[in-house]
Amino acid sequence: MNFNRFWAVFVCRNREFLRDRSTLTWNLLFPISLIAGFAVAFSGPGLALYKVGVLGDAASGGESAFLKTRHVQFIPVAALPAALPKVERHQLDMLVDPAGRRYWINDESPKGYMLEQVLRGAGARTDFDKQTVSGRVIRYVDWIAPGILAMNMMFSCLFGVGYVIVRYRKSGMLKRLKATPLTPLEFLSAQVVSRLWLILATTALVFAGTDGFIGFPMHGSYLDLFIVFLVGAISLISLGLIVAARTTSEEVAAGLLNALSWPMTFLSGVWFSLEGVHPVLQQCAQLAPLTHIIDAARAIMIDGAGLAAISGHLLALTVMSVGFMAVGAWLFRWE
Amino acid sequence: MTVLLETRNLIKHFRGVEAVNGIDLALPAGRCFGLLGPNGAGKTTTVELLEGIQEPTRGLIRYRGEPLGPRFRQDIGIMFQATALQDHVTGRENLWMFASFYRRTLPLAELIEACALGEFLDRDTRKLSGGQRQRLLLAIALVNDPELLFLDEPTTGLDPQARRNFWELIHRIKARGKTILLTTHYMEEAYHLCDEIAIMDHGRIIAQGAPRELLAAHFDDVVLQLPLADFPDPAPPLSLTVMRDRDAVEILTRDVNAAIRELLAWNISLARLQIRPRTLEDLFLELTGQELRA
Repeated sequence: MNFNRFWAVFVCRNREFLRDRSTLTWNLLFPISLIAGFAVAFSGPGLALYKVGVLGDAASGGESAFLKTRHVQFIPVAALPAALPKVERHQLDMLVDPAGRRYWINDESPKGYMLEQVLRGAGARTDFDKQTVSGRVIRYVDWIAPGILAMNMMFSCLFGVGYVIVRYRKSGMLKRLKATPLTPLEFLSAQVVSRLWLILATTALVFAGTDGFIGFPMHGSYLDLFIVFLVGAISLISLGLIVAARTTSEEVAAGLLNALSWPMTFLSGVWFSLEGVHPVLQQCAQLAPLTHIIDAARAIMIDGAGLAAISGHLLALTVMSVGFMAVGAWLFRWE
Repeated sequence: MTVLLETRNLIKHFRGVEAVNGIDLALPAGRCFGLLGPNGAGKTTTVELLEGIQEPTRGLIRYRGEPLGPRFRQDIGIMFQATALQDHVTGRENLWMFASFYRRTLPLAELIEACALGEFLDRDTRKLSGGQRQRLLLAIALVNDPELLFLDEPTTGLDPQARRNFWELIHRIKARGKTILLTTHYMEEAYHLCDEIAIMDHGRIIAQGAPRELLAAHFDDVVLQLPLADFPDPAPPLSLTVMRDRDAVEILTRDVNAAIRELLAWNISLARLQIRPRTLEDLFLELTGQELRA
């Protein structure tokens, strides 16, 4: 390993990234916009989970307890013929006619079923005693922010290394480098380290930028969070190296990278908790580095977990990093 | 004369296709060696084998009597026909990066002057013209002051001025005693620059030698050229070998005086007659045929 050669490739790769303003802007603005969007969308008095059309004047329902149910959006509708197709097409979960004391639901709609249960039981007494949980208030955006940061990191790692190396190969640049004393180890190390610091820097900027106006809870240590993102980024970059090892077509590379990134996005709990999904899927999710990054980041930020508590995730990420990197280096061909 | 690079029975097969089929070459130090051949002749594969980009199926390649290794990588410079450079990086930065790969480098100022890079050195490489880009790629190939320089169709796509300018650069490199292996589709270029050429076809070398010697060995005639409009149609029964082109007639003869007498005897106007010696292109077409290659 010759440091001069490593450094030359590292510096040129950094220049290429930092001078490509469109890519740089996208890497910063995309996650900030996403988090800000969620913050705006899910802020306010409460999230409306159901949509109910109310035929005629809602006041005609009198003091109906149902029409005061929280987290239900009541939408006035003027005419029954126009409103019924919306129930059929799941645009409205229920249609209520307070004056006529009747309602419509789509029997295929789970939300309709739930609303029906609420409507029938609204105001009714129950034998159960209500208890309230206590603790920190966690907004949806607080829960989703670590996932979005990690997801952005994943796309940047996979495409920023995998796609770029394939582009170099396709354009003949790797062939030219092969004819120099530069070794694959020096070249790949420079690519990995360059992408690593750029990702950590952009993630830190995105974190600081969004924290500035949304205010994330941070009950753990920033250093621990940094370690999670560091090890996570290495594992994802290494995964990108496997895709880039021999692929010669940008189209194939994009397909492979999408085939890796989208299942990870859905299985890793970026958008929703994996509680209750099929156990096989839960096990599959454990094979994805993104799952461990998100779980560890959430544990640190929301629960205040320390390194010991997330050591399982760190170990999994380290093992994946070593494994992916070994396979990527073994498979790598200049051409 | 010291042999810098040599091959023995070099063979390269790709899934049953014999791209290179038993090539023996010896590149003497300080000479410009041209490798010519039609498309698909195995020229690029041969050069990539010599550059160490590809591994031969069989056969030996020796640089200064040793297998290709780290020393070879330090000693060679390569200019591919089309080499991509990193986007958003200037010529100067590219030169710096490539210079960092080698133990020995030429002073940057010398390189910039030699390849006339001054005016565009600090420009993003995406914004260079074809000629500027080729000069930068040549400078990159020369950055380590290579003993052996591979030039793969270096002037393809350049305008005549840029091509002549490039030839001047090559002459200067030759004058410094460097060894050059050149592949080109331009026979005039090979004739101008190369001390020795090899013509390849179907993975083999079918002719090799100094351009003048090869021409002398294969041809003892000259070509009389007449515009097609000046030649009678139908053609008179001449004793000469006559070849019709789209807009000219070419007559091959060893005895120019006798040929002219015969043409005059048939009242053919010689006002626009041109006489030219046989060229490398004639030799190339004679050896490799006239059919179009993919």
